[in-house]
Amino acid sequence: MTRVVVDVMPKRDLLDPQGKAVLGALPRLGFECVRDVRQGKRFELEVDGDVTEDRLAEVRRAAETLLSKPVIEDYTVRVEPE
Amino acid sequence: MRVGVVTFPGSLDDVDACRAIRLAGGDDVPLWHGDESLRDVDAVVLPGGFSYGDYLRCGAIARFAPVMNAVVAAAQSGLPVLGICNGFQILCESLLLPGALIRNDSRRFVCRDQRVRIERASTAWTAQYTAGEEVTLVLKNGEGGYVANSSTLEELEREGQVVARYLGPNPNGSMHEIAGICNGRGNVVGLMPHPEHAADDLCGAGTDGFRFFTSVLHAALSA
Amino acid sequence: MERLTDRRIPRELPPQSIAFRSDDAADAVTTRLRPDTVDEAARTPDFPQPWADLGLKPDEYAQLGEVLGRRPTAAELAMYSVMWSEHCSYKSSKVDLRRFAETMTDTMRKSLLVGIGENAGVVDVGHGYAVTFKIESHNHPTYVEPYQGAATGIGGIVRDILSMGARPVAVLDALRFGPLDAADTHRVAPAAVAGIGGYGNCLGLPNIGGEVVFDSSYAGNPLVNALCVGVLRHEQLHLAQASGDGNRVILYGARTGGDGIGGVSVLASETFDERGPTKRPSVQVGDPFMEKLLIECTLQLFAEGLVSGIQDLGGAGLSCATAELASAGDGGMHIDLELVPLRDPTLSPEEILMSESQERMMAIVEPQNVERFLNICQRWDVDATVIGEVTDRGRLVVDWHGETIVDVPPHSVADEAPICQRPFARPTEQSSLQADSADRLPRPGTGSELRATLLRLAASPNLCDKSWVTDQYDRYVRGNTVLAQPEDAGLIRVDEQSGLGVAVATDCNARFVRLDPYAGAQLALAEAYRNVATTGARPIAVTDCLNFGSPENPAVMWQFAEAVRGLAEGCRELGIPVTGGNVSFYNSTGNSAILPTPVIGVLGVIDDVRRRTPLGFAAAQRAIYLLGQTLDELSGSEWASVVHGHLGGLPPRTDLDAERRLAEVLVGGGREGLLESAHDLSDGGLGQALVEACLRCDVGARIDLPAAQDAFVALFSESAARAIVSLRPENEERLAALCQDSGVPFTKLGETAGRGASAALEVGGQFATPLAELRAVWSPTLPAAFDT
Repeated sequence: MTRVVVDVMPKRDLLDPQGKAVLGALPRLGFECVRDVRQGKRFELEVDGDVTEDRLAEVRRAAETLLSKPVIEDYTVRVEPE
Repeated sequence: MRVGVVTFPGSLDDVDACRAIRLAGGDDVPLWHGDESLRDVDAVVLPGGFSYGDYLRCGAIARFAPVMNAVVAAAQSGLPVLGICNGFQILCESLLLPGALIRNDSRRFVCRDQRVRIERASTAWTAQYTAGEEVTLVLKNGEGGYVANSSTLEELEREGQVVARYLGPNPNGSMHEIAGICNGRGNVVGLMPHPEHAADDLCGAGTDGFRFFTSVLHAALSA
Repeated sequence: MERLTDRRIPRELPPQSIAFRSDDAADAVTTRLRPDTVDEAARTPDFPQPWADLGLKPDEYAQLGEVLGRRPTAAELAMYSVMWSEHCSYKSSKVDLRRFAETMTDTMRKSLLVGIGENAGVVDVGHGYAVTFKIESHNHPTYVEPYQGAATGIGGIVRDILSMGARPVAVLDALRFGPLDAADTHRVAPAAVAGIGGYGNCLGLPNIGGEVVFDSSYAGNPLVNALCVGVLRHEQLHLAQASGDGNRVILYGARTGGDGIGGVSVLASETFDERGPTKRPSVQVGDPFMEKLLIECTLQLFAEGLVSGIQDLGGAGLSCATAELASAGDGGMHIDLELVPLRDPTLSPEEILMSESQERMMAIVEPQNVERFLNICQRWDVDATVIGEVTDRGRLVVDWHGETIVDVPPHSVADEAPICQRPFARPTEQSSLQADSADRLPRPGTGSELRATLLRLAASPNLCDKSWVTDQYDRYVRGNTVLAQPEDAGLIRVDEQSGLGVAVATDCNARFVRLDPYAGAQLALAEAYRNVATTGARPIAVTDCLNFGSPENPAVMWQFAEAVRGLAEGCRELGIPVTGGNVSFYNSTGNSAILPTPVIGVLGVIDDVRRRTPLGFAAAQRAIYLLGQTLDELSGSEWASVVHGHLGGLPPRTDLDAERRLAEVLVGGGREGLLESAHDLSDGGLGQALVEACLRCDVGARIDLPAAQDAFVALFSESAARAIVSLRPENEERLAALCQDSGVPFTKLGETAGRGASAALEVGGQFATPLAELRAVWSPTLPAAFDT
């Protein structure tokens, strides 16, 4: 089993109400250094066997069709080191 | 006149859509998410609720339900389809309508009687309204902020595909105050506010939403 | 699966739940790789057991040995310790709660199909319909994790209602938080409200009412009391009992995880490492989507007649469900615990028995129906597993991989917890509290002072607009909501054909209860009763959620005993039974108990919801009448609290006969279609009632106060048994006749005025205030506090 991680983030130019709320809260708690926050989702997919290029392509298709909605979100796919 | 109402796991306002259809004089036909068939209906409502818990993205999983293959195919050949709230989200996920719906900018669920302006009367679902008419419907959602890229928004405005717009303070951060849109042909309408909760004077916010249902019955009759 | 560590578990766990093992006690628990079996227990009578850490008293542990004829196994110890806890056994309150049965009359019994003791009471509402309703607390979980605590409170009460065979149709919630300006209130209140909305909205149940109250006594101990209403046909009634040798026991719904196990970790037998057992979270996480599936699935199972007994899994999880089902049945039960589907495979058998994972139900099913039962569950994507069967051996037996780890008489677990006769004593300071009446407080005199007082009260946290809260709740779903907040009571249509409906209100003025627990409990009952009657519904039944401090404190126990006595006698006088409810003890902030808060829910029935009476003035030129009598009763009032921060004296007089007669007029007037609006007078008195009636539809009013009475008293006294109504002038004579027939004093105050920009509330000879100004002070209080 290998773990493939798909990170889904709201597109840069879109309003992210949740990230904005976190950004607003941080200075109130004394965390002054943070300039921007965006809140996304992380999916951990346990994949059978070794991760081949074909497998990764399949995961990308899954990310594009189900895990993210391309008009509002971007995704990245990476293999988690053992 | 048969109007189908799809029940997904987690659909909630399916009973209300059915009641509004009956009040309008139609026959409500329950459709099950796992079925492939639309049972020869003349129109379809995708009701409000939290299909599949809305856990991934609203409507993202419902889009892949077996019944949606039939809904998408029928919509593309002109069957009137109305997506209300969660149904609107499903229509966007299914790419029958452009854009997407994101979390309200207040980050809170909002339930209230909402004034909207009907911008387009030439759809299967709004034919009995006058363009520019102001009505009260029920808005209740947590993820009702309509977003799309600027070219899509431009096209929606240019082609008159904005069906309804919020009046007063923007309740959820929707771009262009959009409360509802339709496809180019006007048979597929997505609406964030609930007309089925404004169809019965006693248990809703008046009866301003009733004509969404009489419109489609009339359209189906004359088709 | 990552578990919460010790540090993240709050220190202030509710004392009635099992305490955590101290580090010293850890040494007392020997590492065992195999579970503690019945045979093992018989062989090792002197094996040291952490009974004290599990909250058992020495005599209770000794009693266990007598019941079983040996020491309990670890699993049995876990079961008994939780089932005999205050929370599950009501051991401190049982003695007093017997009053409800003792005061029950035949009239009260008439419409009662199921009374106290079942998951929820059931009352007949006519046309073959019955209604079940119950209120329950989720206070401590909400303090620990406000969003999930409040959310799972809704989930739990909904399953209680479902397990009676009913479709849940509405929820209400009675909330108490610390002061609006306290930092912890900002942690707790918005998250609790979001949790109630997040769960209830996703579940598809309209939230139709309740209360939101802020008071410093709740600062470290918020109250979340959730009420659910369900509707069923008489023949669909189901009970929690396991009968019929060979019938299967099916567990269905969510898988079992480590939720809410908390202190039972002390018994974990298989997860030891060098540092001892891993601590499990005491927080439960809810899945409203699963609950929605569970509702629809269960209703289909009922409809097809596949369920012979049913119980939801709540506090104490499988332990409670198996023991109660078996105890209420005619035999015993055998469970193979390893068949329970797990979300976390590392759970020990004791933990599985105690897990409070949400969204689970247990059904008793005849063997020939099992296949169909499982098919229906599959249709709804609900996991279902046969985990055992009903036996005729009179024992509850639980096996783990073939070895018996529990073998007990079910009654002893479910019903035979030791009863505590808690000492109670009227605290000495009660007399000085009652002597310190509000009469000594300076009162406003001039018109402009009265006006300023009215505005100040309208803006105060407890009287202000609550829509910041209620707009987060779906009140429309299912399309049968006739009235919802801010109306006096929520009103739901039950039958579309006949228009049959039910109204529900919850109330409690805890300041009154503090001043006089007996009278205060009756005033809470009277207010909820009146609120139901103002909508036009006839009150028929009561549920209560009795929130108090520690029962080990004799002063608190006195408050409790007095409140129960007041409530029981009040119910007898009004002729409506208590059908069920919940007791929550150990509510305190630091060392001081909360204000005693017996929240009372009253249910009423209305023959035709089209005849309901809303609270707002609807149109101009309607006559406004005050029904009832106003006395100089300002002690414990909102005015005394908001303006002077004062609490002392005696609460308003209770006159339940006057309440009953007022209700006759309100219900009769509604049925005859005389009344265009009706609004009860309570917190803030006539002044606040007028503000609310005017702002509801933006219709002004012009009134004159009775000349013989002090204007301040007329406006702000909180005398009970009063309401204001508005009606068309041609109906005034008929109203007068109704009032005379029922012996209800009535006074014409004035009439409604126009709406629009010029609309105002005008009190003749005193002051006038534009509605726009009233709204400008009434509306922004909660948004200003929470939206920053």
